[in-house]
Amino acid sequence: MAEPVKLIGTFGSPFVHRAEVALRLKGVPYELILEDLTNKSELLLRHNPIHKSVPVLLHGDRPAICESLLIVEYIDEAFDGPPLLPIDPYDRAMARFWAQFIEQKCAKPFWMALWLNDGDKREVFVKEAKENMALLESRLHGKRFFAGDTVGYLDFAACGLALVLGVLAEVTGLSLVGEDEFPLLRRWADDYTSEETVKACLPPREQLVAHFSGKKDRIKLAVNAMACQM
Amino acid sequence: MAGEKNVGLVLLDFWVSPFGQRCRIALAEKGLPYEYVEENIMAVKSDRLLRSNPVYKHIPVLLHDGRTITESLIILQHLDQVFPDTRPLLPADPYERAHARFWADYVDKKVYGSGSKMYTEPQMQTNIEMVDILKTLERELGEKEFFGGEHGFGFVDVALIPFTAWFESFDRYSFKKKSFDRYWGVKVAEVAPKLVSWAARCQERESVSNSLYSPEKVYDFAGMMRKDFGIE
Repeated sequence: MAEPVKLIGTFGSPFVHRAEVALRLKGVPYELILEDLTNKSELLLRHNPIHKSVPVLLHGDRPAICESLLIVEYIDEAFDGPPLLPIDPYDRAMARFWAQFIEQKCAKPFWMALWLNDGDKREVFVKEAKENMALLESRLHGKRFFAGDTVGYLDFAACGLALVLGVLAEVTGLSLVGEDEFPLLRRWADDYTSEETVKACLPPREQLVAHFSGKKDRIKLAVNAMACQM
Repeated sequence: MAGEKNVGLVLLDFWVSPFGQRCRIALAEKGLPYEYVEENIMAVKSDRLLRSNPVYKHIPVLLHDGRTITESLIILQHLDQVFPDTRPLLPADPYERAHARFWADYVDKKVYGSGSKMYTEPQMQTNIEMVDILKTLERELGEKEFFGGEHGFGFVDVALIPFTAWFESFDRYSFKKKSFDRYWGVKVAEVAPKLVSWAARCQERESVSNSLYSPEKVYDFAGMMRKDFGIE
């Protein structure tokens, strides 16, 4: 009998999505426990005392596994099923490299740009994000997904760009990326969100918009406070 | 090295870089010969470096079979995969691997993240953060000889040990300046004695002692960086 798998997450998080889609692709049944991150449960704090964040994967009696991309690697290694990371060592190294790049050089600056009050600072982040998006887009040449013909690790790493960037643009009223910019990434985002396994664990867009609209003021406050310290 | 099979590895590096040192230690632990190339990243970066790491333009860079791999933890994992007959840095069990990756990631995010503020920020806040980080690492190490536990000297040990040469700089800079700062001074040996013993054990390994520089040299380098950043 398989050991139970639990995933502690929160609504609308691309980080949690990475773990969910990885479990689904491996055909691993799991229980999803949704957290309210403004009121973190004892369960979450006990299992992730270091970062106090989601997702957290609990597999049987093992101690928790934290950090979304590390969870994806764990799922790939611990369960049978189609490989999520490239088999070839060099391709695998490249996938890890670009995943890190997306986190540090695309996602972060976009996040800052969406929420910062200071227009000049915002412009700096937008410029940085777009330069890096162009580099990222070059990885899609001749490929349907970053991982090839089917979705994989690097697509999950980039999922935030597909799942929430457009939603956040609507919520903030800020259209940072023009309609004619990054055609390959736009096409990839459509293909990714239409993919059967991905689609099955995506909430309806209206729900995401409503969710982020509700958090808008709180996020703005936090991001602008952080920016003052930078 | 005479008589060694040439596996065609080249490491672009900078002497005092903890990230470069991770790679040197790993290669030594695995007994892999390689060509070491010192890149003077404080001056003009070489064409070779810019060509092999166009995205970040930094070291370390591993060249192997005409391909480039960058980012130290990615290089370490790559070495494990490509040279499976050498001493592995990561254990075999998936959970143990995830655990090791988590703590190496913690070193990157927290130890490097907080420690590098030594160049740019007044000391107080950095000290508070660093005490917390050191205590967390101390707890994780516990009574183990190495962070790798039953696996022995491994991934997390390699990830963290180069930063210990910076502890001395941290100690000394945290006590500098106004006497007010003294109250916030951090003495690593008092905050994390097990970590200090662990560092000494690591230094007994040739791979480590041959790759790291004395705390004194690191301190001089840190001082130069602080001047560059206008802290002193």
